[in-house]
Amino acid sequence: MISAMKNKVLDVRPFGSAKIFWILALLVTVFFYLEGKGLFPKWMFKVPRKSQIPVKNYISDFMNWLVQEANFGFFTFKELTRGISGLLDLPLSFATSLFSTGFMEGQGSQAIQIIPPMSWIAVIAAVVAMGHYAKDWKLASFIGACFLYLAIFGQWDSAMVTLASIVIAVPFGVVGGLLLAIGAYRFPWFEKTISPVLDLMQTIPVFAYLVPILFLFGFGPVAAMIATIIYAMPPMTRIAIMSLKGVPSEIIDFGNMAGCTKRQLMWKVLVPSAAPGIMVGVNQVIMLSLNMVIIASMIGAGGLGYDVLSSLRRLDIGGGLEAGVGIVVLAIALDRLSQAFAARSEPIHLDGQANIIRRHPWSLSVTVIVLFTLVSGFIVPAIQNYPDTWELGVGSSLAELVAWINVNFFDALEAYKTIVLVYFMVPVKLVLLKMPWAWTILLLCVGAWQLGGRKLFLLTLLLSLFIVATGMWEKAMITVYLCGVSVVIACLIGIPVGIFAAENDRLGRVVQVVIDTLQTLPSFVYLIPVVMLFRVGDFSAMVAVVLYAIAPAIRYTTHGIQQIPSPLVEAGITSGCTRRQLLWKVKLPLALPEILLGLNQTIMLALSMLVITALVGTRDLGQEVYIALTKADTGRGLVAGLSIAFIAIIADRMIAAGSRKAKQRLGLGGELGQETR
Amino acid sequence: MSSSVKLSCRGVWKIFGPDAKNFLVNHNHKPRSRDLKAANLVGGVRDVNIDIHSGEIFVIMGLSGSGKSTLVRCLSRLIEPTGGEILFDGQDLLKASDDEMIEIRRHKMGMVFQHFALLPHLTVLGNVAFPLEIQGISKERREKLALEIIELVGLSGRENYYPRELSGGQQQRVGIARSLAVEPEIWFLDEPFSALDPLIRREMQDEFIRLQNVLKKTIVFITHDFDEAIRLADRIAIMKDGKVIQIGTPEDLVMNPATDYVAEFTQHIPRAKVLTAGLLKEAYDSSIKTSGTVAHDTVIADIADDIERSDKPFVVTTADDTPVGLLSRKRVMDVLVGREVSL
Ligand SMILES: Nc1ncnc2c1ncn2[C@@H]1O[C@H](COP(=O)(O)OP(=O)(O)O)[C@@H](O)[C@H]1O
Ligand SMILES: [Mg+2]
Repeated sequence: MISAMKNKVLDVRPFGSAKIFWILALLVTVFFYLEGKGLFPKWMFKVPRKSQIPVKNYISDFMNWLVQEANFGFFTFKELTRGISGLLDLPLSFATSLFSTGFMEGQGSQAIQIIPPMSWIAVIAAVVAMGHYAKDWKLASFIGACFLYLAIFGQWDSAMVTLASIVIAVPFGVVGGLLLAIGAYRFPWFEKTISPVLDLMQTIPVFAYLVPILFLFGFGPVAAMIATIIYAMPPMTRIAIMSLKGVPSEIIDFGNMAGCTKRQLMWKVLVPSAAPGIMVGVNQVIMLSLNMVIIASMIGAGGLGYDVLSSLRRLDIGGGLEAGVGIVVLAIALDRLSQAFAARSEPIHLDGQANIIRRHPWSLSVTVIVLFTLVSGFIVPAIQNYPDTWELGVGSSLAELVAWINVNFFDALEAYKTIVLVYFMVPVKLVLLKMPWAWTILLLCVGAWQLGGRKLFLLTLLLSLFIVATGMWEKAMITVYLCGVSVVIACLIGIPVGIFAAENDRLGRVVQVVIDTLQTLPSFVYLIPVVMLFRVGDFSAMVAVVLYAIAPAIRYTTHGIQQIPSPLVEAGITSGCTRRQLLWKVKLPLALPEILLGLNQTIMLALSMLVITALVGTRDLGQEVYIALTKADTGRGLVAGLSIAFIAIIADRMIAAGSRKAKQRLGLGGELGQETR
Repeated sequence: MSSSVKLSCRGVWKIFGPDAKNFLVNHNHKPRSRDLKAANLVGGVRDVNIDIHSGEIFVIMGLSGSGKSTLVRCLSRLIEPTGGEILFDGQDLLKASDDEMIEIRRHKMGMVFQHFALLPHLTVLGNVAFPLEIQGISKERREKLALEIIELVGLSGRENYYPRELSGGQQQRVGIARSLAVEPEIWFLDEPFSALDPLIRREMQDEFIRLQNVLKKTIVFITHDFDEAIRLADRIAIMKDGKVIQIGTPEDLVMNPATDYVAEFTQHIPRAKVLTAGLLKEAYDSSIKTSGTVAHDTVIADIADDIERSDKPFVVTTADDTPVGLLSRKRVMDVLVGREVSL
């Protein structure tokens, strides 16, 4: 507390002069805005091509060299990538055969099916069995219902293609992440090396590394799977490192005392003891893989993702929605299932040596069903394939619903859209575009210095200069504008909702369910209804981003308020605060650090969503990446992707520093800002 | 207790912080508290010299943070001491290679932990058999051995339970069984009963005494509870700030505390629980009528009832039944009511 008071005292003076600086800065900014671009030379807004640093060319040249000339002595780089593809192709084609195409004999169109894929009945039986094994009948029937939905609503075939790729991508992501984590746990230098890479991987938009993968591995399901694995591995690594480090030191001491070798200690003591945490990572990998489904279909994954993407491109709302809902259903089912596995405790001791039927009831009955449906499927086709005539289509009626909304509410929707655009979005955009980059960077750097000192200042300066030097400034400002307005709106909605949820238990539970669901939805899914209602453009992008990014704003606010120590609130009440005073003078200031972290997460999600909204015609860095992807232009894609990552890093570090400062001022101690990254 | 020295540590130091080794050498292995403070280092264990004899229960007692855990981990080299020697059967453990250490730990050492440190994914049987599994002993044989020890600690019938299905006391029984599975020569227990409720703790202490009567291990037992130390110890070392400030039998400590700090602990201990017949005895006189015999190492509290009931003194005998003195009712009563007794 003493140090907190000291801080307060010390803060006063710099804070005073800082205030004056920012007031002046605001005036200058307004002046620049009114005077327009005339005051400054053109290169202050757009660095001419000849003085840009051609980073994209360097990268493209390097990639070309890699693919065409790189040679490691025993093998060339090309052979390496071929080898990796070959290695991944084996299990993937097996899974695809198992779930979707059946096992074939022969090549191409002359291939004949020798064994059909698992029948829909068998697949449903298997997931039901897993649900019961992991938890109970309730979960089993829920998951069975999800899969039945896929069959009834005509999504089965695509869903099985998607499932096949998930089933293979997840183990690779899990094992890869675990191995990296073990390396980081064992060797501090390795952790030091990978942790900034992990940071970058989590902030760089997926699209950006889709481009080099496309370049190296070609177009197809394997390339798509590699992208999925790379996307899903960093969180797994992080969670696994944390779980390993969380193993109590006594357990490690025990392992050593038992005389474990290093390897025994790792695999027989540490990894099993960290298993519950690691299972959380597995759940993350599954969810992220599903999140990638649509994006991965851009470089050749089929299945539900491809259906959504192609519907979206055709603006076939009904079809996109159907497939989108299919992904959601699959995601929810797999999420629940994997969470149940993570929380599962071993069954209560089996007494004695039960026979094989009692010990493995599920594996046996599923095997029986698989075999039975396999054989009887030859006689009764409905057992093998869900008959088309039983399928229901919701697509067309959904499309009609949307059409109806559009017809009846067009004016209202259009009015909202126009108001927000004209009075909020467009002005923000203009301010950002009319500022010369030097001025914007100056303001940024001063802010960085105030919040985090010299280190943060230097980081901010370097990263923003990279964006200028590579000629990305204008597009970056559009990204900042879209991200900024979305985050502001998300906070304007999310923080009050979070406050209400914290104050009111019933509402809190409802909100909890809603945001849990929002967070399991793959990001693409948000685009569909938004495009249907508002058509393409910045406004649609903003709405989709808000929907996607609002969850942490709500969640952290609620949590921040709920975790305030109750004596502090009681002290407020006894000193006679009204409800409103209690909220504004006690609760909100104390919850501020937590709310700032929520803001941080919201920004990160918004940035990652922005790339996806490039599909609805924005003109920002996301679009740049998207174009690079369609042209397989590695340099262009990576530079734009890095620029987005740098914006994310600057925002992240500044807010984390701000949150730490707020904490210190409140005397709450702790370094929460760090570990949530 | 006259037997040989099993484990001995000579001038052992553990200093936490960067470059501790050089620091110790530069200060000639005798840094003072303020040297440590000035260098911003923490002295976890400071210049400890102890000998632990075969078959004795050696208790290390000290308040939290006094360095007990660090010391016991130095003894098994789980923590690398900064300086000194640790002699196990005459071999310097600090010079042993990694592989040698693994062998020694596999076959000669066992350890019980304060928070049990059971592996959550293994059953009771799996946990107890784990040290044997590590050594590559066949499943059949190790499970047979493990079942025997599970029976010894009174957990028969729970072999297939998981740790989380057991109470704290039962979990620690598993911990004890597991540490005994390899039949260690030296047995380390780091505050094994501190995490248990007082009633269970008492029960486990009795159980521990029973086990030791059967097993006769060499034991290093850590505790922060002086009563527990008195109950179990053959000898006690009192630690404070990383240093051992006194070593002795419970009786020694109570009768002759080396410092005020030790006296703080001992003054609340009822004398009758510590003083022995041998200490209180008066000169032997075969002409006086007696009503029975007591062994010289019996604690007064254990014979108080008998002596109270009889008006004649008891003969105090050594281990080989030689009479060495007489114990009068008056002296016992003096001790029981807390009067000063001349020795
Ligand atoms: N890894 C470590 N690094 C720095 N200081 C430590 C470390 N481990 C223990 N200490 C310090 O050494 C002292 C002794 O700790 P410990 O042996 O755990 O005490 P006890 O077991 O008697 O409670 C304490 O002051 C503790 O803070
Ligand atoms: Mg301790």
